[in-house]
Amino acid sequence: MTTSSQPTLRENPWFTHTVRIADLIEETEGVATYQLVMTDGNSSSMYEFVPGQFNMLYLPGVGESAISMSGDPDRNDGWIHTVRVAGNVTKTLARLQRGDTLGLRGPFGAGWPVSELVRKDVIIVAGGLGMAPLRPLVYYLMNHREQFGKIWLILGARTSDGLLYPSEYAAWRKRDIEVILTVDRATAGWNGHVGVVTQLIDRLQLSRPEQSHLVTCGPEVMMKYAAMSGLRLGIDAERIWVSMERNMQCAAGLCGHCQLGPEFICKDGPVVRYDRIRPYLFVEQL
Amino acid sequence: MATPISPLFIPKPHLQLLLNELRHRGYSVVGPTVDQEAIVYGEIQSIEQLPQGWTDEQAPGHYRLKRRDDNAWFGFVVGPHSWKKYLFPPKTTLLTAEKTESGWQFIPRSADTTKFALLGVRACELAAMRIQDQVFLNGPYQDPLYRERREHLFVISVNCTQAASTCFCTSMKTGPRCENGFDLALTEIDTGFLCEVGSERGREVLDAFVSLARRASEGSSVASNSNNDCVTANEICFATPEQLKSAENARQQAVDQITRQMETSDLPGLLLSNLDHPRWKEVGERCLSCTNCTMVCPTCFCSSVTEVRDLNMDRVERERTWDSCFNPDFSYLGGSLVRNDTASRYRQWLTHKLDGWHAQFGTSGCVGCGRCITWCPVGIDITEEVAAIREETSP
Repeated sequence: MTTSSQPTLRENPWFTHTVRIADLIEETEGVATYQLVMTDGNSSSMYEFVPGQFNMLYLPGVGESAISMSGDPDRNDGWIHTVRVAGNVTKTLARLQRGDTLGLRGPFGAGWPVSELVRKDVIIVAGGLGMAPLRPLVYYLMNHREQFGKIWLILGARTSDGLLYPSEYAAWRKRDIEVILTVDRATAGWNGHVGVVTQLIDRLQLSRPEQSHLVTCGPEVMMKYAAMSGLRLGIDAERIWVSMERNMQCAAGLCGHCQLGPEFICKDGPVVRYDRIRPYLFVEQL
Repeated sequence: MATPISPLFIPKPHLQLLLNELRHRGYSVVGPTVDQEAIVYGEIQSIEQLPQGWTDEQAPGHYRLKRRDDNAWFGFVVGPHSWKKYLFPPKTTLLTAEKTESGWQFIPRSADTTKFALLGVRACELAAMRIQDQVFLNGPYQDPLYRERREHLFVISVNCTQAASTCFCTSMKTGPRCENGFDLALTEIDTGFLCEVGSERGREVLDAFVSLARRASEGSSVASNSNNDCVTANEICFATPEQLKSAENARQQAVDQITRQMETSDLPGLLLSNLDHPRWKEVGERCLSCTNCTMVCPTCFCSSVTEVRDLNMDRVERERTWDSCFNPDFSYLGGSLVRNDTASRYRQWLTHKLDGWHAQFGTSGCVGCGRCITWCPVGIDITEEVAAIREETSP
């Protein structure tokens, strides 16, 4: 819903809201989580989104960047975004402080298929910052825990410093989510798994693979191998979901940049079903 | 829709009165005119600005203006411009950001009230507009500027009476006859135009124009339904059977001149299932990645947004310009380019245009206008590339 003076996202996907940084938390080196509050309205539904969707964050004079929501979809006290410094936009964002303003438009894109997951077992595979777009899904599953079967969260990072949101794992485990951590390289104090996420997927004992879904977000190469591991466990490609990243500029399927085969990653994705994207994932330079 | 009636005959000089009537109604009339050694679209006030007596000669990588041996006003095909520049301008400001004491404020572009009347829209170009309607209006998100301009648009189409060697609209089922999507449609014959009505708005403008013409020619009559009583060539009347026949012959001439073809029965599917075909590498060696094909294409819609800021960074405009999948940084992602060579960019363009477009918008992205063939500096022919991929595809 919008106030009468504001167009809907459909009518004007370029309409940009002013948001203020209400809070920011340093997660790890170069990664911070922002709480952004809208300054131009006050309705309980203004922060509604589907886990997996993204907003366009706008730093005037620098540009826009597509950033997934990483907060709880059942809360309405702001947009929560975990951002890693990568390009000019995120570099500029990293220099801002509490109270500063920026632009935001959204939410855009297709998210995780939450309704399809009902009564199913769910394997969540996250690599590095790929945990950020998956955290809203974790919250959603926790908030409605009784609707879902067994849930695994396999989270990998280069080193243990890259494992996002470590203070929350205990709460997730308490809600009967099996959190399995792994790192590529062990540093001092690490006594968990060492190795890639696919090794851990391969070890899972699924009691009902035909009733299981695998959702994954992380580096593209990791998602490809995670999907292949899922297939080996007996999960059909129609029940594997990946969150893709491409150059998104308009976020509305109007500018052409984010295409991969026939898909507009911004509007048909970023979350896409593996069987739809598989023919194009393995073609070089597509 | 207006009740179909037989076409009116409009003597050539009277077209000026139609232009006047449209301008009187607040339309900015744009039409073909000779400029930059080509026939391009621009604002016109007078029928004298039309390319009277000019034609174009087209072939792969070749375009020349030539004098005709008659004085036809629309005796040419299509040039480097397309009408998309009016509905989806090459450069437009989407948004302005202003720094205030309470932080950044974002001011949306104010609603556009420009009314364009397009004169001389060919059948393939009507098809291109229908395709861009799918892109900019009929998906989950709309482009607001396109919507505003489209709502106010008045379209006078002109049936082709000749074809270029690069035309293949008959393959794409988009022409050469203008079937719908116009307010008024003209067919040029020696002495004037036969005019069909395609919409209520077209009917209204035509009625106003006819009374204007009647006043101008002091008592010359306009035919009623039952009675075609024109006596001189200077009157607006219902077309005579002879005039109808001439128009039919003129339109048939365009059909007969079309020689180029593109087989479409296996599109979509053919290209997306041949992404590793060796032809991509081969065409990538000829293609200059110059972007001409995408700039002249009446359906290509890719764009980029750049930040235009004043020196003290208190005011920033977000400016959208046409972009092209042939530009290297078009596929920029996380510090590198997804499509890092010309072959991959040509593959993107062709598979999108002829294949992926169907899944995205329920239609091909090609209307068979031939512009990409004519304006390719090395004469790459879209129909030939498709045929090559089909031919060399192992069964």
